[in-house]
Amino acid sequence: MNAPMTLSPDALARIDRAAAKYPPDQKQSAVMAALTIAQDEKGWLSTETMDFVAVYLGMPPIAVYEVASFYTMYDLKPSGKCKIALCTNLPCALQGANVAAEHLKKTLGIGFNETTADGMFTLREGECFGACGDAPVLLVNNKRMCCAMTPDKLDQLLKALK
Amino acid sequence: MMGLPVPPFAADVFGPEAILMKGLDGLNWRIKDYEARGGYAALKKILAERIPPEQIVAEVKKSALRGRGGAGFPTGLKWSFMPRQYQGTKYLVCNSDEGEPGTFKDRDLLRYNPHIVIEGMLIAGYATGAPVGYNYIHGEIWEVYERCEEALAEARAAGYLGANILGSDFSFELYNHHGWGAYICGEETGLLESLEGKKGMPRFKPPFPASYGLYGKPTTVNNTETFAAVPWIILNGGEAFLNLGRPNNGGTKIFSVSGDVARPGNFEVRLGTPFAKLLEMAGGMRGGHRLKACIPGGSSMPVLPASIMMKTDMDYDSIAKSGSMLGSGAVIIMDETRCMVRSLLRLSYFYFEESCGQCTPCREGTGWLYRMVDRIEHGKGRLEDLDLLNNVSDNIAGRTICALGDAAALPVKSFIKHFRDEFVHHIEHKKCLVPDYV
Repeated sequence: MNAPMTLSPDALARIDRAAAKYPPDQKQSAVMAALTIAQDEKGWLSTETMDFVAVYLGMPPIAVYEVASFYTMYDLKPSGKCKIALCTNLPCALQGANVAAEHLKKTLGIGFNETTADGMFTLREGECFGACGDAPVLLVNNKRMCCAMTPDKLDQLLKALK
Repeated sequence: MMGLPVPPFAADVFGPEAILMKGLDGLNWRIKDYEARGGYAALKKILAERIPPEQIVAEVKKSALRGRGGAGFPTGLKWSFMPRQYQGTKYLVCNSDEGEPGTFKDRDLLRYNPHIVIEGMLIAGYATGAPVGYNYIHGEIWEVYERCEEALAEARAAGYLGANILGSDFSFELYNHHGWGAYICGEETGLLESLEGKKGMPRFKPPFPASYGLYGKPTTVNNTETFAAVPWIILNGGEAFLNLGRPNNGGTKIFSVSGDVARPGNFEVRLGTPFAKLLEMAGGMRGGHRLKACIPGGSSMPVLPASIMMKTDMDYDSIAKSGSMLGSGAVIIMDETRCMVRSLLRLSYFYFEESCGQCTPCREGTGWLYRMVDRIEHGKGRLEDLDLLNNVSDNIAGRTICALGDAAALPVKSFIKHFRDEFVHHIEHKKCLVPDYV
């Protein structure tokens, strides 16, 4: 029998710290932080993981699913080890985002919303990160922003991530 | 050169008229640096002189500071809506959920000068009687969120946050909250829903947040740059701030300039600065190209052709008179090689993707707009599509709970109005009037 799903003590401590920011009767406010922490640890958000977060914060599971499916940076399916999201919105497109997109697709041999056969990279098309001056701009696994990504810099990044 | 300046950069990189971004080199963001620049002096002055909250609100009203997030609502007036006699917790919220295409000023403010926002929120908390504040930070700028967490810890350790600040009877707690990828949370009631741990679906208004906000309590929501302007106003007076700009358009404004310019970046200039001067600060057009079009206030605002733009001054009223809006201060520049159909297509896809789905005109209408522009771009358009696009836009704008519907409609109408030739050419010749851009 599988052990019941849980998160590491470190992750739970971080969720507790996030929950302490809100009034004691408003623990639900910490759900976004909790899901982010859970996703960092598990790689993606399975129903089991979301159910755990629901119990932990005293929320109905459906309320957690609603949040997890509304915000685009939560992954409800497994993705590659490195998720690369590139912004292709207009200001970025005017500053070379389309060149970066083509270079990534060609180098990795995949399109947007696809994962390389070795499970290493998933490519996503992002919407405005609020960093247009740094275009082309991409996010690695949601948290690391890489700026002014010329084809050379993209090659260096992919090599370093491998 | 690509990208924004990398620290350490020259301390006048944001322009010689900067007051919020003055003296920043990208590394001097810590509390000791901020204090060395005169930081937290406004808060100390208020607490030492026991300035009444009403007087602070009056001073901000006098400054003609208008909301820097997009709507341009007078800040002092907004603060005065907070019920004075309310028994119970009131809240203060900073909207740093910066995701309007073209806008990247709050990111620079928060990473290079986080304490100016903290001090501004402290003063606003004092003025509105709110003991607790939250700064809602765009999910995509995680590294900036982490820096803000560090800055808050610094402020707490220095006695600027918590109970009885600097020995006074004023107490204020402030926390950072991060989003996780939803443009709609930049809408203030969508943001409040998100803060409560729900989907970021905007609320019906009224009631407005000042009477029913976070957790149903009176709440004031202001943009990051709005809060950042407050300490200067307290130290120098509302009138001095007003005089930096123009009547009804007080102060300086950070403009995020992106697109086909030689040096994209944030430039803080006095409101009323001619557009041509701002363009020059951004290094002029890239590669010797000519200006064709500009969206002066973020992707949700109407596009203007070069001929109008070059005669426009950068303040709320002047841009409105020219037929667009200052919005968030995001200036998107396009040169003569850009296809306006393809540019609109990318924006229309964005609003289709980001509609929260709550109101039918927006949920369905943004998809219709996107699919129609898509078929024109791909040579399958019909001439009557242009009237239909306008018609659909008219049936979205003003018929939804929040402004995302208007934000999707305004670009469509303005692109067709000013660049109809290009749309007609696409329909009749099944190709671009200009060489396809990369």
